[in-house]
Amino acid sequence: MSTATSTPPAAPGSIATARKKAEAREKILGRRRRRPLMPALIFLVVVTQIPFVVTIGMSFLNWNIMYPKDTGFGGLSNYAEVLSDPRMRAAMWNTVVMVTSSVFLSLVIGTGLALLLNRKFFGRGIVRTLLITPFLIMPMASSLMWKHLIYNPDYGMFNGFLAWLGQTFGFDAPQPVWVSAAPMAAIVVTLTWTWTPFMMLITLAGLQSQDSDITEAATVDGAGAWQQFRFLTLPHLRQYLELATVLGIIYLLNTYDQVFAITQGGPGSATTNLPYEIYLTAFRKYDYGEAAAAGVIIVIISVIVANFGMRLVSSLVTIETGKKR
Amino acid sequence: MSTKTVTQAKHVRRKTRRKPGEGGPLGVLAWVLALCAFAPIAFLVLTSFHAEVDAATSPPNLLAPLTLDEYRLVFSRNITPYMLNSLMAAGFSTLLVVVLAVPAAYATAVKPIGSVRGVLGWVLSTKFLPMIAALLPVYLVFQYLGLLDNIFALAIFYTGMNLPVAIWMMHSFMAEIPKDVLAAAEVDGASLPLILRKIVLPLASPGIAATGLICFIFAWNEFLFALNLTATKASTSPVYLVSFITSEGLFIAQLSAAALVVSIPVILVGWVAQDKLVQGLSLGAVK
Repeated sequence: MSTATSTPPAAPGSIATARKKAEAREKILGRRRRRPLMPALIFLVVVTQIPFVVTIGMSFLNWNIMYPKDTGFGGLSNYAEVLSDPRMRAAMWNTVVMVTSSVFLSLVIGTGLALLLNRKFFGRGIVRTLLITPFLIMPMASSLMWKHLIYNPDYGMFNGFLAWLGQTFGFDAPQPVWVSAAPMAAIVVTLTWTWTPFMMLITLAGLQSQDSDITEAATVDGAGAWQQFRFLTLPHLRQYLELATVLGIIYLLNTYDQVFAITQGGPGSATTNLPYEIYLTAFRKYDYGEAAAAGVIIVIISVIVANFGMRLVSSLVTIETGKKR
Repeated sequence: MSTKTVTQAKHVRRKTRRKPGEGGPLGVLAWVLALCAFAPIAFLVLTSFHAEVDAATSPPNLLAPLTLDEYRLVFSRNITPYMLNSLMAAGFSTLLVVVLAVPAAYATAVKPIGSVRGVLGWVLSTKFLPMIAALLPVYLVFQYLGLLDNIFALAIFYTGMNLPVAIWMMHSFMAEIPKDVLAAAEVDGASLPLILRKIVLPLASPGIAATGLICFIFAWNEFLFALNLTATKASTSPVYLVSFITSEGLFIAQLSAAALVVSIPVILVGWVAQDKLVQGLSLGAVK
């Protein structure tokens, strides 16, 4: 009786239960939607995160397998060692020089090439294919190619070209020993050659996403080519250039193959960068604790740079999806 | 009607052939720069077809007689097992990446979960950590588990290396799948595996292929972990190339041939996937 007549007063309760039910359904749905994500996330945690946690733990241990008796907790001693070790300091400085100069050069050249490629001309597809090839060739293959076929003082392409110039124009061509005369430059040139296509492709994508109506309108209004570039193209390109810079820094911080193949970090420690020095510390000096501490330091540098990168990548992605909706 | 004519007009415009010289001096400049950038590779190709004696002349003799001898020597120096190991590591890891990344991207792009931004950000952050910092712990764990010199263990590591890139790339591809189709399928009561197989996979297959090719390139070219985690059985192509550094005597032409043999698969893959390359390199941020 009462239940039949009191339908209106019972309504708040049923709304509450309905809401509860809906919330429960949402929870189940949410869990079900999350389920396809779980295998990938668990895999990433196990394969990529646990090693870094282990590295942090190891960085506080005195652990050199050449001196097993001294193994134990070392507090911050590894960090003190890394920061006072002249080889490690040189490696940090070399890393900064190597990364900044390669990123700067490849970004400037890559942007120039992208501007050229953004125009219509005969064989544009072939030119683009030729230009991206340096990035596709296996880094170890290209490093050995630069060392033995380009920089080689006797049989290399550079000195061969100089000798040809000398013969043609009748002067005594210099035949420098490139790798020992300018080891850092040899690495930077190789890295720039490898990474220019990367910068070019990102900048080109930026240029091609520019609205052609605006530039046409600017042309109609009498804006010159330089003005258009300075006031329309460059501001539009800015976020792409920033993205290319940040990603370039993060990828180039990992540089290893070129140093390994071309100079082996030498002469002395002139071209030893952090990855190579960490490799030497771990697998030649067997000082696991110090290698781990140096690893933590390079992680901290990357995290600082990556902070900018994360924001850039996600802002570009939301812009893309925002346009479509 | 009008849209049809517009697309036709676009089609015609794209099909019009450009004549040599079009594009003016800047087009010529682009050609010159491209040839300069490509010159080292052209020299590598030429040297690989020269006999060792001709490759080691000072200055280089570009017109020396051509021969296939160095390629024959490379294959007689047992390059094949290394190439097969590279193929296994890159192929197996790419398969695993796709199997893990397709459902993950479905969860972030097609049926967005609440915390998409946080999840994707975290996935991306794992890619920003330098590989070298993981080398020693991974080496010690592999050593402890007896997984050193095991090609499948290396492939598992490559899967972790490429998975963030793949999830982000796949996410940006899958975000483009029309939501109505999926909603309709769901109303009809299709299960998740069925939706993935019948709707998502066909629509996203070009994106999946591009993602797979990018991951294959990265895994094929990787050297640092291949060098330190493998020894004799599971060594990959870049490790084979390094064995040339220690070999004595004349080796420039043979090195060139070997460098080309191990690079060709990836160069071809990259040429095929060049339109999607930028998306993979920018982690899906740029199209």
